Amino acid sequence: MKTKDPFTLPAWAQVGPFAFVFGLFFIIPLAFVVMVSFWDYTEYSLVPDFTLRSYVETFEGCYDQLPGLCTILKTYVSTVKFCFLVWLFTLLIGFTIAYFLAFHVQSVTMQMTLALISTIPFWTSNVIRMISWIPLLGRNGLVNQGLIKLGVIKEPLEWLLYSDFAVVLAFVHLFTFFMVIPIFNSMARIDKRLIEAAYDAGATGWQTLWTVIIPLAKPGIVIGSIFVITIVMGDFVTVGVMGGQQIASAGKIIETRLGALQFPPAAANAVILLAVVLLIITAMNRVVDIRKEL
Amino acid sequence: MTDETIKTTRVSRRSVLKTAGAVAGAAAGSGAITGFPAVWSQEKKVLRYLGTAVNQADDINKQLLKDTGITLEYISATTDDVTKRVITQPNSFDVLDTEYFSLKKLIPSGNILALDAKKIKEFDNITPVFTKGQLPNGKVIGDQGTAPKKVMFLEGKNSTKFAKGVTEWVTLIPTTYNADTLGIRPDLIKRPIESWKELLNPEFKGKASILNIPSIGIMDAAMVVEASGLYKYPDKGNMTKQEIDLTMKVLTEAKKAGQFRAFWKDFNESVNLMASGETVIQSMWSPAVTAVRSKGIPCVFQPLKEGYRSWASGFCMSKGVTGKKAEWAYEFVNWFLSGWAGAYLNRQGYYSAVLPTAKKFMTEDEWGFWMEGKAAKNDIKAPDGSLLEKAGSKRDGGSYDDRMGNVACWNAVMDENDYMVRKWNEFIAA
Repeated sequence: MKTKDPFTLPAWAQVGPFAFVFGLFFIIPLAFVVMVSFWDYTEYSLVPDFTLRSYVETFEGCYDQLPGLCTILKTYVSTVKFCFLVWLFTLLIGFTIAYFLAFHVQSVTMQMTLALISTIPFWTSNVIRMISWIPLLGRNGLVNQGLIKLGVIKEPLEWLLYSDFAVVLAFVHLFTFFMVIPIFNSMARIDKRLIEAAYDAGATGWQTLWTVIIPLAKPGIVIGSIFVITIVMGDFVTVGVMGGQQIASAGKIIETRLGALQFPPAAANAVILLAVVLLIITAMNRVVDIRKEL
Repeated sequence: MTDETIKTTRVSRRSVLKTAGAVAGAAAGSGAITGFPAVWSQEKKVLRYLGTAVNQADDINKQLLKDTGITLEYISATTDDVTKRVITQPNSFDVLDTEYFSLKKLIPSGNILALDAKKIKEFDNITPVFTKGQLPNGKVIGDQGTAPKKVMFLEGKNSTKFAKGVTEWVTLIPTTYNADTLGIRPDLIKRPIESWKELLNPEFKGKASILNIPSIGIMDAAMVVEASGLYKYPDKGNMTKQEIDLTMKVLTEAKKAGQFRAFWKDFNESVNLMASGETVIQSMWSPAVTAVRSKGIPCVFQPLKEGYRSWASGFCMSKGVTGKKAEWAYEFVNWFLSGWAGAYLNRQGYYSAVLPTAKKFMTEDEWGFWMEGKAAKNDIKAPDGSLLEKAGSKRDGGSYDDRMGNVACWNAVMDENDYMVRKWNEFIAA
């Protein structure tokens, strides 16, 4: 009966260190961000206060400009659009790779080797991988030169670089891996006898996939999706470099504000971004209860 | 180990002095006093130098150590981050190298100390571009925006108010400055470019670029607006809300029409855009043009009839610097103005603050090419020895007087900065 009491010393000792780190490096800084977002500011100083100025200015024009979109809404529409596209492509590609690794590769050694191989791109920095696209996709880049020499096109394609296409491409290249591993992990745990049973019961390949494998791989899919979506929502470096700095992102607004020493509006934008990401994750948790499925 | 040795020497030297004093009797006092500087010089003279990487060259550090025994610890950051650091961590640096336009934010914070002009040996020889807003030959130059003369002097030692005229208290002792304009690819444009308005000429649709640094980008845009005859600003460096709206409208329309290939934020991005042919006309900085050219790609820092947008940077100290460190800081600044560093910067296409001293460290040919707009007699080399220009070529824009004399405005922080930044974000999202 004693074990039912959750507040024993060993329990505290187990939870203590993480709670401490979490509190010190996450909860307290976050509380400061929320606090500063309500402060006033001048060109060179923060003025402790309680004002909605930063929020009001952030949403400036959102009502007046209807049905047109104000800056902040436009930015979020664009960011959410990238999120969706990147999520869709990384999911399709990631799921396929994970499926191949889990069901077509027989030996565990081979599975592990191939999984490790797919980490190779991560041995170089994120920025380098992104920048290496530029000589490839540019106006005088390899792809354009190749297509022109083959006679497929006459004028170089401008939309290959510094465009929505380039941003999505770089994101998919960078983050597909975050889908592969959790989905592979879920799939590896599926009891092979279930698939045999489905086959014996007369299910086609698609039926097995749809009714057996996907439901059982759901936790992996949701975890991978959370990784990808949270990263894409907060990213401004990839959008900046691949979009030629011409595409807005929630992160970029924060960076510009910080650059101009306007900390309260930067904090307010960070709070808004956090709220949006939390909403998305809550919605995903509604679809699949990760804790129950794991 | 080195520390150990230094300590031992110091102790032994001191004891020697003491003994000497005891023996010499009456002469002891004076003997001990003259002995002290020798003891101090054993100490490592280190200054933490915060700035953008522009002036932070290893060569400067080496020469400084040789001449004065001072070592610089470079802390380099972007212009924005330098400002942020001064305001939030004033004790994390000793000497600050920053741009004049940042002063409107830095001085009211009280985190930096004005320097005493009396302790600067070459102060009277600093080019009048800074102190009076005119060329050495007396020609008055443009002062729109944060022209150095407006923010160079404080009313008193601890004042946070800019003085109208020349005083003893100097906010920044100038280090480098330059006149910026558009960079172009003459091989791809194939016709003369004479005006800022060409930046938004539909002929270069999808091949133009502008800086994504709001305070500077909007000034370049203002040069374009004026050149197109759309509006004449009373002060491009300090726009009203209506003027900001107008400028951003022009930019937004161009962006929507696909005029810009990309925006750039750092030096390397601007070099890559130009070198790869993604852009053929863009706002640019002088060393970036040099970098494109050193790859063997033609690139011109095109002088334009409306003039240049200029910038300037200089030295001051953190308010945390006192005593010996302050003396070293003055020694360093005095060394910086004494010629070697000036010549080094002039050879990269920047301008130095005290021209006569820099001249002594440059050959006649180098001086003629960089400062007088004359054709080079021999190949012009960069400080690292690589070839910059072949014999016979001339500097884009010509002489110092031609370039600095045609400055139209200076980098600035506007009174409506907050509004401008919001409008800039709106422009990026458009």
